[in-house]
Amino acid sequence: MAKKSSNKLFEPALMKEALKQSFVKLNPAILVHNPVMFTVEIGTVIMMAVCIWIITGEKSQGGLAYNLIVFIILLLTLLFANFAEAIAEARGKAQADSLRKTREDTPAKKIFAVGDIFVNEVKVVPSSQLKKGDLFICEAGDIIPMDGEIIEGLATIDESAITGESAPVIREAGGDKSSVTGGTKVLSDKIKVRVTTEPGESFLDKMIALVEGASRQKTPNEIALTILLAGFTIIFIIVCVTLKPFGDYANTPITIAAFISLFVCLIPTTIGGLLSAIGIAGMDRALRANVITKSGKAVETAGDLDTLLLDKTGTITIGNRKATNFWPANNIDKQNFVEACALASLADETPEGKSIVELAAVNPNTFNTNGARFIEFTAETRTSGIDMPNGLKIRKGAFDAIRNVVLKSGNTFPAETEQKVKEISSNGGTPLVVSQNQNVIGVIELQDIIKPGIQERFERLRKMGVKTVMVTGDNPLTAKYIAEKAGVDDFIAEAKPEDKMNYIKKEQQGGKLVAMMGDGTNDAPALAQADVGVAMNSGTQAAKEAGNMVDLDNDPTKLIEIVEIGKQLLMTRGTLTTFSIANDVAKYFAIVPALFIASIPGLQALNIMKLHSPESAILSAVIFNAIVIPLLIPLALRGVAYKPIGASALLRRNLLIYGFGGVIVPFIGIKLIDVLVSVWF
Amino acid sequence: MNSELLGIILIYVTTVLLAIPLGKYIGKVYEGKPTWLDVILSPVDKFFFKASGIKPEKEMNWKQHLLALLTINFVWFLFSMFVLMNMSWLPLNPDKNPSMSADLAFNTTVSFISNTNLQHYSGESGVSYLGQLILMLFQFISAGVGMAACAAVFNAMKERTTEKLGNFYNYFVKSCTRILLPLSIVIALLLLFNGTPMTFKGKDQFVSLQGDTVNVSRGPAAAMVAIKQIGTNGGGFFGANSSHPLENPNYFTNIVENVSIILIPIALVFAMGYMLKRKKLAWMVFAVMTVGFLSFVIPSVFYEMKGSDNISRLGISQNRGSMEGKEIRFGAAASAYWGITTTVTSNGSVNAMHDSFTPLTGMFALLGMMVNSFYGGVGVGFLNFYVYIIIAVFISGLMVGRTPEFLGKKIEAKEMKIATIIALLHTLLILSFTALSSHLYAHDPKTYAAWLNNPGNHGFSEMLYEYTSSSANNGSGFEGLGDGVPFWNITCGIVMILARYLPIIGPVAIAGILAKKKYVPESAGTLKTDTSTFGIMIFAVIMIVAALSFFPALALGPIAEFFTNK
Repeated sequence: MAKKSSNKLFEPALMKEALKQSFVKLNPAILVHNPVMFTVEIGTVIMMAVCIWIITGEKSQGGLAYNLIVFIILLLTLLFANFAEAIAEARGKAQADSLRKTREDTPAKKIFAVGDIFVNEVKVVPSSQLKKGDLFICEAGDIIPMDGEIIEGLATIDESAITGESAPVIREAGGDKSSVTGGTKVLSDKIKVRVTTEPGESFLDKMIALVEGASRQKTPNEIALTILLAGFTIIFIIVCVTLKPFGDYANTPITIAAFISLFVCLIPTTIGGLLSAIGIAGMDRALRANVITKSGKAVETAGDLDTLLLDKTGTITIGNRKATNFWPANNIDKQNFVEACALASLADETPEGKSIVELAAVNPNTFNTNGARFIEFTAETRTSGIDMPNGLKIRKGAFDAIRNVVLKSGNTFPAETEQKVKEISSNGGTPLVVSQNQNVIGVIELQDIIKPGIQERFERLRKMGVKTVMVTGDNPLTAKYIAEKAGVDDFIAEAKPEDKMNYIKKEQQGGKLVAMMGDGTNDAPALAQADVGVAMNSGTQAAKEAGNMVDLDNDPTKLIEIVEIGKQLLMTRGTLTTFSIANDVAKYFAIVPALFIASIPGLQALNIMKLHSPESAILSAVIFNAIVIPLLIPLALRGVAYKPIGASALLRRNLLIYGFGGVIVPFIGIKLIDVLVSVWF
Repeated sequence: MNSELLGIILIYVTTVLLAIPLGKYIGKVYEGKPTWLDVILSPVDKFFFKASGIKPEKEMNWKQHLLALLTINFVWFLFSMFVLMNMSWLPLNPDKNPSMSADLAFNTTVSFISNTNLQHYSGESGVSYLGQLILMLFQFISAGVGMAACAAVFNAMKERTTEKLGNFYNYFVKSCTRILLPLSIVIALLLLFNGTPMTFKGKDQFVSLQGDTVNVSRGPAAAMVAIKQIGTNGGGFFGANSSHPLENPNYFTNIVENVSIILIPIALVFAMGYMLKRKKLAWMVFAVMTVGFLSFVIPSVFYEMKGSDNISRLGISQNRGSMEGKEIRFGAAASAYWGITTTVTSNGSVNAMHDSFTPLTGMFALLGMMVNSFYGGVGVGFLNFYVYIIIAVFISGLMVGRTPEFLGKKIEAKEMKIATIIALLHTLLILSFTALSSHLYAHDPKTYAAWLNNPGNHGFSEMLYEYTSSSANNGSGFEGLGDGVPFWNITCGIVMILARYLPIIGPVAIAGILAKKKYVPESAGTLKTDTSTFGIMIFAVIMIVAALSFFPALALGPIAEFFTNK
């Protein structure tokens, strides 16, 4: 469901709400948290007063129409800024609502320890009455009413409502897959679940609150930027206030409208108006990627990550090993060998077994297996295979297991096969030796399949300056081989949970920021230790509590996306700040000559845009200042595209586009607006 | 090529060639490494440390540095007030000069301990030789204080996590004995051999060809001129400063004195490169400063050599350029070049009258002080630049999608708060006090008529210049301003104090806080700060933050004057 949501920026339904909020947010009590826009509001109020003053007969402040237009443009500037924030919130809310719908009041089969009639009585109650620690049961067809942990039983569950993935998943008590999410549907079997969160406190609820702004706290970086912007605002307050006595000295009366226009144009309204929209949009983008973040800070931190710890299985390699080659022993016909291998694996339901049949490219139905006995894998024999009615016994298994069988029966293990076995191991593969009636007939090579395209993703990360570390239970030799092949920078072989923890601590001591993904309870300490810990939604409650993000898709490559979202967030802020400040150059050249031309005609030379009149110059500047905000809303919501081309190259690129562009664009924009405005002023 | 232009190119090239090895030497001094002057100067240092009970090896954190700095400055303030207000009966006063009034003593004291040397008095008649010697001592002390603070910041910028930033007194004493003193001796000797007086005798007398008896002021001038140049002080022995024939007798002494103005400010940049082992960073900083400096010098030299439009219109030939207020022995180019070097650094000594510069040269002199970090004063120039680096790092860090870091330290809200306050302080002081004086003059021109020689745009420039000079701790003036009255003495004094100590406290605090943070090694994602791209970023920040906020004021002063005369 979440995946289906529209990517259109301005949906009509959202627009209406956002427009309403634009006016609601004019409330000074709300606006005071944004110092830049708050000063604009003060300016707007003053202009309103000036208009009233003129209506009552004041002559020194210029025409009513001119003052009224300045007032309206300032009001629009405020509304545009509010609208940017409101539309970002509305989009986030819509996203969250679609998730929230999945958990509307559903009937819950709650277990009462001491019921009205008997002990452990099950009664149907609305899900909203469930509290943390309550127990309920779910049977096939039930919607799970609340987030919880299975304490008894096993069930297949359709999680498509949350993840958009239609294949059902299995969840069972104990282990790392015991967690169920409210709103998902039980397809088979019956489970007993303990509620793990209070109503309104689930991760989703927290996320919704963050987006809605109820509990949105400014991130450290946002605070630092707000300080800088407040600093700029103060500088321009000083510039404008001191201009009054300067004007008096030069015998140049300056109208209030001109003062306020100059001030509003100079202060960084563009970034000031878009700042909170950018922050909300960042979390919204995370949510669109089906990642629930517990704080805005986590998204920002993700942009700074230095090291990623990635599990091999599922992230770097496709879940399981696959057969890649058949190596028959000397004097064995390859076709016969392949058929024997397929026959021995027909009943083998493991992914490895299936991949052997697949690789053999034989149709299983062509084999006559009537009367055959399938030998299942046991920990004791460590082999599996088939006994045919004609007495043919085929076995496959680990090198030493088969060797024992072969040697016991008095046969020899062929040297060339032993050689092959070693070769496969050193190439990061797993050899599976096949015997027929206690004679070695060859070896099957199983390989970890590296996900297509993963090398490019790691390359991209390397260019961003992020180091990737593969975590695997394999022996160091295999691990090294796969690490090299996949292009990760480092690996932890034969990893135990505490190894992850130690690695994270070591990196952090070197000043690095580390992220990891995990699902098991034994991952929880490392998730908590990591700067960004992403827990899989399917993981245990402990893991989800420990991390600061939850990935609804359970997709281990998600970390890469999260890093890019974080970087985009910071970049959007930085580039729009630069753009906003660079705009001031043109605005100075529009307004300063307009202020003084009347008394110092020589300053006409500064009017390099050749604006029509002082009034048209001032109006053009404030109009440009206002309309640039809505024009940049799409950029603020989508984020500036991140290109992994190295920090210096990226700075050069963004400086050129947003810095140099920020100087040039307003010269053109103001001139164009002036051409229009000069018709009336 | 024009020999006047060759002259100033020679001055600049000489300065840079001397500054590079000097920077390495300064780096060694602050690092405590052996230098060839140790033989002579080690006993001197040891004497000072022993006499004052300083343990130079005891390291201080940034707060202790600032406490030491402010305490000794306060003691000197009291001491100087006492001497200047009691000169008339104290010894070494052969010319029987009077004591100063309280407001003038306050202005003069603040002016000298703050390395400004704004002189609302004339040296010949306003102070005794004892007063001159005290003021000369302060020229060493105030320069040494700025350099010591800068050394502490260099120390804090190193790649490590620490609270210990060296010993303030150690940096301070060594700045004076190892750097300022040897250079001053060399310069003083060069001046002495070219005719600058060095004596404790009173005025000399001669009878002119017309038969008049002329009294010629003299005194221990050579020593004072040397330190006023090398320590970016600028407080001259005589009222006319380095345009006075005894302070700056010929073109050679002009070269020596002009090289001295920017020698240490440039050398300190290279000292940083040496101490941090980041030569590329030093060259980047030097390049940004140089581009800024040249963008002020080149048009200034052009306009001074071109001459005044008003005079041209009268049909008077100006083949030597605009010569009003300039010395024939230096010429237009060398005067304009000096005018910009003395204002971009916080020196403030003059070899021509800035009031008489053509309007745009006056504006570039003002801009030099408004930016105050294109080389800048000894020590403090780099501190100002450091604040701009922090702001530039912050914005560009955001532009590349990474929490900003500078030399391995993350820049967060606290540092940004300090940097922002320091960056806006200069604008606040200059504009608000100029606004105050404009307001008073505009509403009661009769009462304040004595302030301005020139009402109109130029008068506005005079007031703007006076506060800009005070806030930049520069000390030069548009001398048309009648500034020897309590209003100017007191307001300029306040501006000088605030503009001196806060911009030292701020960067030292930022550097100290950053030094304490965890060191993050560079990775491929780290934004390199020693590249030309980052240099452009800093330059843009300086121009937009420091220069643009003065645009309306400049438009009413020099720019209006320029276009009106055109």
